[in-house]
Amino acid sequence: MSGGVIKGGVTLAAIAAICTLLVAATYQLTAERIAANEQAWLERSLEPALSGLFFEGSITESKLEIPPPHDLPGNDTAIIYRVFAEGAPVAALFVVTARDGYAGPIRILVGVGSDGAVTGVRIVEHRETPGLGDRIDQARSDWVYQFDGRSLGNPVGARWLLQVDGGDFDQLTGASVTPRAVIKAIRDTLIYFDAHRDEIFTLPASGEQS
Amino acid sequence: MGGFLDHMRTGLWRENPGLVQLLGLCPLLAVTSTFVNGLGLGIATLVVLTFSNVLVSATRRWIRQEIRIPIYVLIIASLVTCMELVFKAWFPALDRSLGIFIPLIVTNCAIVARAEIFASRNPVAASFFDGIGMGAGFALLLMAVGFIRELIGKGTIFADLDMLLGGEPVPGLVLVDGGWLLAILPPGAFFSLALAVALKNHFDRKRDAARRATMPGSARRTGGTT
Repeated sequence: MSGGVIKGGVTLAAIAAICTLLVAATYQLTAERIAANEQAWLERSLEPALSGLFFEGSITESKLEIPPPHDLPGNDTAIIYRVFAEGAPVAALFVVTARDGYAGPIRILVGVGSDGAVTGVRIVEHRETPGLGDRIDQARSDWVYQFDGRSLGNPVGARWLLQVDGGDFDQLTGASVTPRAVIKAIRDTLIYFDAHRDEIFTLPASGEQS
Repeated sequence: MGGFLDHMRTGLWRENPGLVQLLGLCPLLAVTSTFVNGLGLGIATLVVLTFSNVLVSATRRWIRQEIRIPIYVLIIASLVTCMELVFKAWFPALDRSLGIFIPLIVTNCAIVARAEIFASRNPVAASFFDGIGMGAGFALLLMAVGFIRELIGKGTIFADLDMLLGGEPVPGLVLVDGGWLLAILPPGAFFSLALAVALKNHFDRKRDAARRATMPGSARRTGGTT
């Protein structure tokens, strides 16, 4: 009987080894393409926040990682992609996290032009209530587009609030926690940009791409 | 080649894994909100099922009864992982749209069922045909359900085919702007599947009735589907 067990174990081990080889070989064959696809997808998902601004080179190459603690929204690593044209800064794309949403963290992509005005806002990831808070998502409504062209002076800081709170921005019926969180995150991002503009565009890229 | 045709008939109709055996319902109900999703997952399942049948059949002499299930799982899981990598490399948009359901092919009981019921007892060629027949049966059902749900739920036909074929975005044939949302939501999947099963049973019954009428001697025979 023990001979049978050993034989079975050996068969199992041999098949496991063959299967592992198969997967490893496929991985080797596809790794490069997958990395390229992911890169391309990331570029494509970042571009909309630039609202068609002219830029040169790859957005993702200028990635800058800001580890916590920092003054940006969220307590995780914030990511900034710098965009240039003819050597001059065009915009910075911030990927930040709003922690004060209704249901879990909201990942937001905030594009800020070199003049400090918002070039575009996109919600990257959220778990807000379907039908209510999820209308911050550009796929659900065009609520996020109202921030295009806004800056710290437009409206003035005290009016970076929902209209119900005495501010300038449209609310979403039935949801107030979610849009408040998004507005606050955008405002904080603009404040950070204002304070760190020079560093943002001069720091070397976080070298994680080989 | 008569064997091949017979396997196709069995997989596509007589013992269709989705319609008759009701196997693999989880992916079937979950991804078939559009035709292209059904097509993509259908092809992936077909390929995995065919290869797993061939591998299980080819190794059936060395595999002891006691360890056959872990070995099937190993084989199927490796094939699915390879499939997932291939999708990520060549059909990234479809991979994103199918999401977790590509890796979840591992848990599609239609595949392990064919390994256990058929491939572990039959020669390689027959298992290969069985894999193609059963896979095609499952894929066609996914496509049919996807087609119906997309048509009713979104009012389009063959939208987003570019996810599979590449190239320019395909808006598909837009019949109406927006549709009856229920068809896209989970209940729509159950309704569509129930409709498909009912239609199949209806045709089978009609055919059996016709056969009984022409061959009085075989009146007691039931169609092999129940």
